[in-house]
Amino acid sequence: MVRETNRHFRFDWITILLFFLLVFFGWINILSASHVGIDVDYLDFSQPYGKQLIFIGLTFVIILVLLALDAKFYERFASIIYITSMLSLVGLFLFGKSVNGATSWYGIGSFTIQPSEFAKAATALAVAKYISDLNTDIKRLKDQLGTFLIIVIPAILVLLQNDTGSTIVYGTFFFVLFREGLPKTYLYIALFLIIVAVLALKFWAPLVILVVAVLCGISYFINKKKAPLVQMLLITLVGAIVAFGVKYFYTDILKSHQQDRISLWLRLEKDPKKLEEMKRTFAYNLNESEKAISSGGFFGKGFLEGTRTTGKFVPEQHTDYIFSTVGEEWGFLGTSFVVVVFVLLILRILHLAELQKSQFSRVYGYGVASIIFIHFMINIGMVMGLIPTIGIPLPMFSYGGSGLWAFTILLFIFIKLDSNRINEW
Amino acid sequence: MRKFLLFLVVLLCGVTFIGRLFYLQIYKGSSDNLYDDNAIRKVWDYPKRGFVYDRNGKLLVGNQPSYDVMVIPREVGDFDVNEFCSLLKIPREDYDKKLKRATNYSPRLASLFLPQLSKEDYAVLQEKMRKFEGFYIQKRQLRKYETSIGANVLGDIGEVNNRDIKKDPYYQMGDLKGKQGVEASYEETLRGVKGIKFIQKDRFNRDIGPYKDGKFDSLPQQGKDVTITIDSDLQAYGELLMENKRGGVIAIEPATGEILAMVAAPTYDPNLLVGRQRSKNFTKLYYDTIAKPLFNRSLKGVYEPGSPFKLMNALIGLQEGVITPEEKVTCYAGYRYGNRFMKCHCYIGRRNNMVSGIQESCNAYFATTYRKILDKNNSASEGINTWSKHVKSFGLGAYLNNDLHVGAKGRIPDREYYNHAYPKTFYSTYTISNAIGQGEVATTPIQLANMTAAIANRGYYYTPHIIKNIEDETIPERFTTLKKTTINKEHFEPVIEGMHAVYKNGTAKFLNVKDIEICGKTGTVENFAIIDSVRTQLTDHSIFVAFAPKEHPKIAIAVFVENGYWGSRFAGKVASLMIEKHIKGHITRKDLEDWLLRYTLEEEYAKPYTGKPFNINGKTLLQQVDEQEYYQLKRKLNSLNRPSNSG
Repeated sequence: MVRETNRHFRFDWITILLFFLLVFFGWINILSASHVGIDVDYLDFSQPYGKQLIFIGLTFVIILVLLALDAKFYERFASIIYITSMLSLVGLFLFGKSVNGATSWYGIGSFTIQPSEFAKAATALAVAKYISDLNTDIKRLKDQLGTFLIIVIPAILVLLQNDTGSTIVYGTFFFVLFREGLPKTYLYIALFLIIVAVLALKFWAPLVILVVAVLCGISYFINKKKAPLVQMLLITLVGAIVAFGVKYFYTDILKSHQQDRISLWLRLEKDPKKLEEMKRTFAYNLNESEKAISSGGFFGKGFLEGTRTTGKFVPEQHTDYIFSTVGEEWGFLGTSFVVVVFVLLILRILHLAELQKSQFSRVYGYGVASIIFIHFMINIGMVMGLIPTIGIPLPMFSYGGSGLWAFTILLFIFIKLDSNRINEW
Repeated sequence: MRKFLLFLVVLLCGVTFIGRLFYLQIYKGSSDNLYDDNAIRKVWDYPKRGFVYDRNGKLLVGNQPSYDVMVIPREVGDFDVNEFCSLLKIPREDYDKKLKRATNYSPRLASLFLPQLSKEDYAVLQEKMRKFEGFYIQKRQLRKYETSIGANVLGDIGEVNNRDIKKDPYYQMGDLKGKQGVEASYEETLRGVKGIKFIQKDRFNRDIGPYKDGKFDSLPQQGKDVTITIDSDLQAYGELLMENKRGGVIAIEPATGEILAMVAAPTYDPNLLVGRQRSKNFTKLYYDTIAKPLFNRSLKGVYEPGSPFKLMNALIGLQEGVITPEEKVTCYAGYRYGNRFMKCHCYIGRRNNMVSGIQESCNAYFATTYRKILDKNNSASEGINTWSKHVKSFGLGAYLNNDLHVGAKGRIPDREYYNHAYPKTFYSTYTISNAIGQGEVATTPIQLANMTAAIANRGYYYTPHIIKNIEDETIPERFTTLKKTTINKEHFEPVIEGMHAVYKNGTAKFLNVKDIEICGKTGTVENFAIIDSVRTQLTDHSIFVAFAPKEHPKIAIAVFVENGYWGSRFAGKVASLMIEKHIKGHITRKDLEDWLLRYTLEEEYAKPYTGKPFNINGKTLLQQVDEQEYYQLKRKLNSLNRPSNSG
C-alpha cells in the first residue's frame, strides 16, 4: 500500500499544476472571446466555450489512461504508434475534410478530429526511440539521415494538406538532435543561413554579401592559426547564393499573400497608402489583435469587459488569436503571467529531461519541450506582430479538442516516463 | 553548452515577449478608446451643405433639416417597445426587423433606425427620448430642390453604403453623400467637415456633461456654396423640348468651355430623390431598364456621330493638303469603291466643292477626301494614324477629364485598333465608313458639342465643365487652360462657310432663325438592335450640331435624338430653338416649338418590345401626343416664360 501511494506522488506535480493553470485560464479567455449577448450561460454546449468544457472533461480520462499504462509501453510501441499516425495522415488525402483551405480533418458527424496534432507526439516518440537505439550514433551521417527521414515524412504530409504552420513545427526537432550530439557545424550553418536570408530580404542583397566577405576577411587576418583562405571564400560564395536565392524565392516563387506577410513583418512596405490597405485586408487580424492587446493597458479591462473582444473585432479570436483576449481583458499583468507560466513549464520539462537516466526518456522530454516551445514562440510572436502570420494554436490555450488532447498526450506520456525514472538503471 | 541552448533560447524568447508586451500595453497604450468607450456619447454635428446656384445666381439647391432616429443595438435597454413604436408610427414587426438589421451590421456602432422624421413627430419624440435607452435623434441636412429640372446635372445625395465607408473612413453609417451629378463631383467641397462632441454618460445612460470639458470636441466646418455654369432657363427649355423623346442635348459656351445646358431625356424631378420616398422612387427609376432615366445620355450615350463627323474629315483634308476648298468631286448618286457602292442623296453628276459638299452632306465628296487623307503617303496605315491623331486633338476618343460624374471614352480607331481585323494588308477603302461618321467611330453628345465649340473657336477649346465658381476658391486650372487642336486656323473658314450654307440653302434651310447667323450640320445615323437574337434595323438617329453666331460665337450645341429619323427632323429643331432662346431670350419660331411639343417618339421606342415585326424610317407615321398632354406641355411652356417668383 505504501509503495502504491509513493508511486502516485512521484508524478511531477509542478508540471501538472502549470498545465492545468494554462488550460483553465485558456478556457476563461475562450469564454470571453466566444460568448454572445449579455448573460453568459456557462453550460451552453452549442458555443465554443461550452464545447471546450467537454474537451477539458475528456482530458481527465485521457490522462488517467496514459498514466495507467506501463512506462515501457511507450518505448516498445513507439514505432507502431508512429506508423499508425503516419497512416492517419495519409488517409486524409482520401477521406479528409477541408476547412479554410487545409485538408487536415476527419469528420464524423459534426465532430472533427485533426490527426496532424497527434502526429507531433508520435514523431517525438519515434525520434526518441531511434536515437536511443544502441546502434544509433547521431554523429554519423547515416543516422543523421535516418532521423531526418522520421521528421521529414510527417512534415511533408502536412505541407501537402496545406497546413504550412504544422510543417514549421517539425523544425523544432533541431533542438533535440543538437542536445543529443549533432555536430555544431549544423548550428552554425543554420544560424548563418537564417541571418543572411533575413538580412538579404530586409536590405540590399549585394551589401549583405559584402558584409559577409568583410567579416570573413577580418577573421582571416586576426585568426592567424587556422581558417584557410579557401574556406573563407567558400563561406562568402554560399552567402551570395543564399542571399540571391532567397531574394529570388521571395519575388518569384512565393504567392503574393505569403510575400505580403513577409513584407509586413520586415517592414519592407514604406508606402503609407499600401500599408493602410494591408491593414484592411490580410493584415486585418494582426492589426486588430495588436490594437486589442494595446487597449488592455496594465490592468486590462476585466473579465468579459473587453470591448474589442465583445465586439468581435478580432476574427478567430478563440483559436489562434486567443492571446489578444488575454491582452485586452487581463492587461500586461495577464499577458506576462501567461508568458511566465509557459516559460516555467518548458524549463521544468527541460530540467526533468536532463534528470532522466534512460536516453529514450530524455530525448522524448526534449521533444516535448521543444514542440511546446515552438508553438508558444510562433503563436504569441505572431499575435504581437513579431513573426509573420503562421496559423498554429497556442498549446493548452486555444479552442479545439484535437489540439488540447494532443498536447495532453504529448505531455502526460513524459510525466509517466518521468515518474518511472527510479526504476531505470 | 549543448544542454543550455534550448534553455537560453526559451528564456530569451520569454524576455523578448515581455518586452514587446510592455511596449504595446504600457509604453504605447491606446488612445483610440474615446470612440470605443460605452460611457461616452458621441454627438455628431453636421454642417450646412453648400448651396448650388445657376450661372445667373438663381438658387437651385438648398437645405432642409431632417431628424433621423439612430440606434446602438447593444445599448438598447428595457422600455415599453409598444409606446416607442406608436410614437414612431411603425408596427411592432418593423421594430424587430430594423433592430435585427442594425445588430447584424454591428452591435456596438450606431445604425440608422428610422430616417427623416416629420417635424411634428420629432417634437413629440424628443421629449421622451431619454426613456428609450440605446436610441437617439441625429439632426442632419437634407437637400431641398428649388426647381424641378436638371436632375441629371444636380444629382442627389443618399446614405453611404459599406463600400463608401471602407473607402473613406470619414463616413459613418447613416451619413449622406453625393451620389450623382454635381453633388458627387463636388462632394468634398459641398459637404464641409462634420464636428463631434463627446459627452460623459453615467451608468443609467444619462448625460452628465462634456467629456473632459470638451477638450476633444471639434466644430463643424460649413460646406462651400458653388455656382454652376448651367443656365437654368435654357436647361428647363431644353428639357421641355425633349419631352417624349430620348437622347441628349449639350450646349457649351465656346469662349470658356462652360456648359450652358445638359439635357438627358428622359429625365425626372430631382425632388423624387429626397425624403422618405427616396428609396422607393430610386428603385423605380433604377429598374426602368428600357427608358433608363438614370442613364445620362448626353455624357454616357456612345453613338456613331454620323454626318457631323464629315466636318472633321474636311478639316483634316485641308490640314494635310490633300484637297483645296475649290476642288470639285463628281457624285454619281453615290461612291463606288471596288465592287461596292455607298449611296448618296445627290443627283447623278453633281459636282461638289467643299462648301456644297458640306451643304448637301455629299457622301461621295467625303469618301474621296477620306481616301486622299489615308493614301497621302501611299500608306493607309500611316495615313490612318495621322488622321486619328488629328481627330483626337478635338477631344474625341478619350475621356474629357472634366468635372462631370460620369462619362464615356467613345472610340476613334487607329492602325493598332484594326490589327486584329486586318493583320497584314490595309487599304483606305477598308475603313471608308469612317468618312461619313459611321463604322468604327463613336462619340458621346458632349464630345460632339466640344468638337463643335472647337470649330466655332477656329481651332481651340476649353475642357467643357460645369463649375463656374466655388466660394473662396478658384476653379481647377485644367478648365481655364486653352487646348489647341492640330488644325491651323485658316482651314476652318471654308468648313464654317459650309456649315453656314447648311442653314442658308442646305439640309437645314427651313430651320433658319431671323437675325442669327447659325452654322450647323445635320446627321442621320443608321442603327441596329438585337431583338430576339436577330440584328434588326431601327429608325435612324437624328443628330445635329450647330453654333451661333458665325462670328464671335456664343453657343455651340450638339443634339442627339434617338430614332428621330433624319437630322433636321427632330435634332435640328431643338438646336435652332435653343440657340434662339440663348441668344435672343425669346422665341420667334413658334412653329418649330409647337411641332416638337406635339410629336412624340414613344411609339417608336415601344416597337422593339412589341414582339411583332415593324416598319422603320419612311414607312412609318409620326405619332402625336393626345390633346390633354399637349395642353399640359403648353402650360408648362407658358410657366417657363413667366418670370419666376422665387426671386
